[in-house]
Amino acid sequence: MCGTCAAEMEKKLHAVIDRHRDTRGALIPILHEAQELYGYLPLEVQRTIAEELETPLAEVYGVVSFYSQFTTTPRGKYRISVCMGTACYVKGAGEILDRLKARLSVDVGECTEDGRYSLDACRCIGACGLAPVVTINDEVFGKLQPDDVDEIIDSYDKKEGQV
Amino acid sequence: MTRTSAEIQKIRERVHEDLMIRLDPKAKPTPEGGRMHIMVCCGTGCTSSGSMKIIEGLEERISGAGLASEVKVVKTGCFGLCAQGPILMIYPDHIMYTLVSPEDVDEIFESHVVKGEPVKRLLAGEEDAEEISNAMESVDFFSRQMRVALRNCGAIDPENIDEYIARDGYRALEKCISEMDPEEVVDLIKASNLRGRGGAGFPTGVKWSFAAAQQSHEKYVCCNADEGDPGAFMDRSVLEGDPHSVIEAMAIAGYAIGSGQGYIYVRAEYPIAVERLSIAIEQAYEYGLLGHDILGKGFDFDLELRLGAGAFVCGEETALMTSVEGKRGEPRPRPPFPAVSGLFQKPTILNNVETYANIPMIVLRGADWFNSIGTEKSKGTKVFAVGGKIKNTGLVEIPMGTTLREIIYDIGGGIPDGKEFKAAQTGGPSGGCIPASKLDTPIDFDNLLELGSMMGSGGLIVMDEDTCMVDLAKFFLEFTVDESCGKCPPCRIGTKRMLEIVTRITEGKGQPDDLEKLETLARNIKAAALCGLGQTAPNPVLSTMRYFRDEYMAHVIDKKCPAGVCKSMLQFIIYADACKSCGICKKNCPTNAITGDKKTGVPYAIDQDKCVKCGVCMEKCPFKAILKNA
Repeated sequence: MCGTCAAEMEKKLHAVIDRHRDTRGALIPILHEAQELYGYLPLEVQRTIAEELETPLAEVYGVVSFYSQFTTTPRGKYRISVCMGTACYVKGAGEILDRLKARLSVDVGECTEDGRYSLDACRCIGACGLAPVVTINDEVFGKLQPDDVDEIIDSYDKKEGQV
Repeated sequence: MTRTSAEIQKIRERVHEDLMIRLDPKAKPTPEGGRMHIMVCCGTGCTSSGSMKIIEGLEERISGAGLASEVKVVKTGCFGLCAQGPILMIYPDHIMYTLVSPEDVDEIFESHVVKGEPVKRLLAGEEDAEEISNAMESVDFFSRQMRVALRNCGAIDPENIDEYIARDGYRALEKCISEMDPEEVVDLIKASNLRGRGGAGFPTGVKWSFAAAQQSHEKYVCCNADEGDPGAFMDRSVLEGDPHSVIEAMAIAGYAIGSGQGYIYVRAEYPIAVERLSIAIEQAYEYGLLGHDILGKGFDFDLELRLGAGAFVCGEETALMTSVEGKRGEPRPRPPFPAVSGLFQKPTILNNVETYANIPMIVLRGADWFNSIGTEKSKGTKVFAVGGKIKNTGLVEIPMGTTLREIIYDIGGGIPDGKEFKAAQTGGPSGGCIPASKLDTPIDFDNLLELGSMMGSGGLIVMDEDTCMVDLAKFFLEFTVDESCGKCPPCRIGTKRMLEIVTRITEGKGQPDDLEKLETLARNIKAAALCGLGQTAPNPVLSTMRYFRDEYMAHVIDKKCPAGVCKSMLQFIIYADACKSCGICKKNCPTNAITGDKKTGVPYAIDQDKCVKCGVCMEKCPFKAILKNA
């Protein structure tokens, strides 16, 4: 990140903190927005939040590490989540996950080297009618067969101008 | 601009007229409402299948033809028949289309909208149905349901408060704050015998009366919209399809217990629900149905939305409140119960989304009406999210006392591909599996507990012969081990030990006394865990051991998985009689475990040491010569 962008980001982070400062139980809403801003929650961001809210960094880190949606490592440009809810599980979500792992050569919780894709197994997203389901950022792919995996990743690769 | 109650009533009457064509096919169209309403489902399911594109397409054609004032496209919440989405419902004709794709828009527009001729191939219901009748009533999936909590889902535009008001919305709140004392409201809910829809089934009115009895100028009303049970999406659908019903009910609860502040704790995994709730709260404030001096009756109530961050334990009431306070969502011992000391250590009530959705109806129709539905100890209806190996995946609302058989076969359409029903799982990771022999038990809170399961929030996953019950128990244990907050050792350590045992059973390394060990552990965890998560975590194991003990025995003693799921006990074998030596399996095997050659006549065989049991060879074999041997 360049110097000016970093300063810009920090300004935005302070604005987020200021907006929530007087709310009771502000920490979680602030972390949500900070993660939206940075894509993840690096230690420096947690430190800024802790200082501004006058809470120990350990407490902030405690909250960050407790909730599965907060992450301290960068995610990919495209965040792939395989739903592992019961409905998806009995309809073969495990196999879909295996195919994605093989195709992207990453394990769950990891990011591809080029930073394009990260892979996660997520909790039920409630789209059980479409099981098994995979989401990529905000897009939902339902009623998947293992063979659909390649097609979907191909379409994203194509979007990036590289097949 | 805030509205007086007379102004709200005016909106109600006017918009009710506009919406009449949705109720009565002979209703006269109004200038504002237009002559035709095309309702497009925009729940999470249908949105993922392209309903937004359908709306865009329809609106483009309609405005292009200058029909925008006559034909309205309405974005609605979930109709429930998620497997058949996207779903379209056209009024006043009462025609329902299923599995609509954006490519169908032109035909629907030209044939139905312009000429008034329904598009036969897209009609809901049996494919060979000649008669085009009132589609919704002629589809078994809908005709056997009773919609109370879901009354507005699919019937109104959830982003338009006027449509909610037109369907008697906010009338219950007005009735409470202008005609009833808070005690009367509490008594009414008590008399209705409404029980919490979130899982345990605690009487809602009793909960309210505890909080109402506390002397404190600061009390809180919370809504648990942290629907974490895998396979459950009832609450999401209510929030997406009818957010105002929850807002109205929370204000009623606030009035009843003497609270001026509410919090809705909703999963961040539900972006559409979060968006619609935010819109609804904003609109309610704008109309003065939230905030200061509601409808000029001197009652104040504020409502805030809080997003979860992916922790299943936050569905537990004390953990949820700790999370709203901005901390790690760990539960704490009760007592003190939240009604005495809850959020910010003040008296608090917490109810689930579906519970709240029932409240306005109870206020308007009375306790007797509610008591007339359901069984002796479980009144009213229950929404189930039916999923898994069933034809009509989706959302159904049925009176308590309906049997599982009716839900699965009559409403759900049975098991696809001619497979055999094996079990239904209710209650998520806290619940259990119900076998075929219990299909005729009427569903209510107490019967499900007796069967070793529980109502839970209403997820109902159907499993067929291809599901291994030991593997399923392992799936749920993995879930609880992962989601255990770590505060109390029985849950943190106990579930982990259970998972280790179940895992070794699925790997063919089970020992004869493993089942006994599991039972002892389960008993101790249930007795000693701090919160509901731990106390119910052994249920999936206990119930599968109770009804499918032979399957466990097969794993432990015979080292076999009868359903052919547990990989380490599987063998893929090529049957020489059926093999035509085409070599496709060998070509596709990712680990080069298959040997054989057509030219030299070496028979094809699988090297079991190299085989990773991926099943690709079986999938690809054109002659079905490769079989799984459990």
